[in-house]
Amino acid sequence: MPHPFVVILGKAVRHAARLRGGGSALPGLFVEKISPDFIKQTLAQLPRGVVVISGTNGKTTTTKMVVALLEAHGLKVFTNRTGSNFTRGVAAALLGDINIKGHLDADIAVLELDEAHAVHFVKAIPPRYSLLLNVMRDQLDRFGEIDATAKMLEKIALATTDTVVLNREDRRVLAIKDVLTDQKVELFGLSDALLGDFPSDDEMRGGKLKATKRPDAAVILKKYSGNEATYQIADKEFSTTLKLNGVYNVFNSAAAIALTHAIMVDETDSGIVISTIATVKPAFGRGEELQVGGQPLELVLVKNPSGFRLGLKSFSAEGYATMIAINDNYADGRDMSWLWDVDFESLTELGVSEVSGVRAYDMALRLQYDEVTIGHIDRDLSSALHQFIDNNKDSPKRIYCTYTAMLALRKELSKITKVEVVS
Amino acid sequence: MSKQIITVLQLYPKDMNIYGDHGNLLVLQRRLEWYGYEPHIIHYNVGDTLPESADIIIGGGGQDSGQEVIHADLIAIGPKLKAFAEADVPMLLVCGLYQLFGNFFKTSGGKTLEGIGVLDVETHGTNERLIGNIVTNNSEFGDIIGYENHSGQTFLGKNAEPFANVIKGAGNNSKDGHEGARYKNVIGTYLHGSILPKNPLIADFLIHTAVTKKYGEFSTDIVDDLLADLARTNAADRPR
Repeated sequence: MPHPFVVILGKAVRHAARLRGGGSALPGLFVEKISPDFIKQTLAQLPRGVVVISGTNGKTTTTKMVVALLEAHGLKVFTNRTGSNFTRGVAAALLGDINIKGHLDADIAVLELDEAHAVHFVKAIPPRYSLLLNVMRDQLDRFGEIDATAKMLEKIALATTDTVVLNREDRRVLAIKDVLTDQKVELFGLSDALLGDFPSDDEMRGGKLKATKRPDAAVILKKYSGNEATYQIADKEFSTTLKLNGVYNVFNSAAAIALTHAIMVDETDSGIVISTIATVKPAFGRGEELQVGGQPLELVLVKNPSGFRLGLKSFSAEGYATMIAINDNYADGRDMSWLWDVDFESLTELGVSEVSGVRAYDMALRLQYDEVTIGHIDRDLSSALHQFIDNNKDSPKRIYCTYTAMLALRKELSKITKVEVVS
Repeated sequence: MSKQIITVLQLYPKDMNIYGDHGNLLVLQRRLEWYGYEPHIIHYNVGDTLPESADIIIGGGGQDSGQEVIHADLIAIGPKLKAFAEADVPMLLVCGLYQLFGNFFKTSGGKTLEGIGVLDVETHGTNERLIGNIVTNNSEFGDIIGYENHSGQTFLGKNAEPFANVIKGAGNNSKDGHEGARYKNVIGTYLHGSILPKNPLIADFLIHTAVTKKYGEFSTDIVDDLLADLARTNAADRPR
């Protein structure tokens, strides 16, 4: 049990940081410094243990879905809801949820963790379950190479004590299966027909994913069109209408179902699973829809080439005004090379109304080479946002943005419309 | 009158493309179009037949695993690539292929990958990753702006010239302040970013050299590089 003094101090810092309007990780950093065992001691109390969700794309939305699915099965779930997926983000979230004696009132913890931080985290706190989504090019400037990132996921899998859930369609993730001896493995996947919608980094310049002979998966996304999805769960088919948009969000729902299945085993209620999945909305900034001046405004987070390509593929440009905001802060990745691995031809016909962010000119230059028309360029996010809204009053809007650009835009948007507060 | 054709040969796009290398190809393709030529793009992958001629050759970076996949094939076509270099064909090799166009690449594990020796350089794998925004300078191209990310450190032999001198960042290695290597019209460099979009003078060097070599004179059309200029100024101010 953590020292009560640490808890009180940490809670005070958290309160002060929120009054100041500060980020979610600051109080966690504080606790991490004065009581390194804080997270370990607090999580050790949980009867159903700890679940770690990692991978390049889709952690936040998938975590949100897993939490909803477990809660629908009657569990009390602790999670790091903010998408602040570094260890200190977890500490910060814990501080919000524990009582003054350091007791966490939960059955299970479901944590999304950045790959590099997860490796350290699992050394201290071996998870009972882990879900490894994918390995794609993201922030190579931080991790070096994709194969190195795959190694990180392998370490998470090896530290897991019960079941590891793996993406059958990502060859680097699937390969982790072969090194596991002590863990149970469950897979999730796509039907052959849907594979073509998911270009991988390897096939980026060489075609699309091809259907090869693959091992059986516990959960398969069989069909997806419009908002209708059909899943195959343990050989039975279920169809439903989803609130999620974006084909990658929908694939992640199959991952969430597979993980829930691994945790609940015989207690899994397929009826509850399907009715819950039908109501889940995307996590903040991941296809989240706001209302501005009577028109919808969607925020689509883009942080790497595969995510950006899937975003452009998932959301048709037709009928929408488009803005792109690219920052290069540490959390976004400093390198702009990735923009050159995304094709923007789907925007050629309608053009891009507004380009913004610290690296607005890099983005504009990228668009120039795909011969996409640009309405206006402004590095300042808030003035660009207002310009974008004013220039497209009667049209639905969509903003593709990197992580720190999204946080800044949500803050600015909260001044003019209702934005869900995530803390 | 039909347009004059310029062939751009891209080496190993399947295995050596992880790092925005498509940007370099796209820039060459578009600028050739904008100057009024007809670009023909040839993707050369392991096992393909190397064409008898090419006007521009480019190649990019890969992971260590990608380098191993292409290695035997590269060694096999090495003499032909060397002959292209001697015949003044302009080439741009970035990161992984820059290393393998040198004499050898000795990994940090002690394994030696033989190179094709177009450039008189050698590379030694280290555990130190040279990473971040980089600005270099070359008397012909001025400031060159990019991003580097490599753990191999490259040193020039006596028959290679540095491509540029480092102003901000690391370059070939953590010691001598050199970036890249140059032999005839062959440029080897560690710069991603991608390098050509924000350094259109280098793109135009490759294009101009190829066109005048093949057709004698060059287009009088002008490409608008305002956005490239703005992106350059912006990028040069960013932290490492």
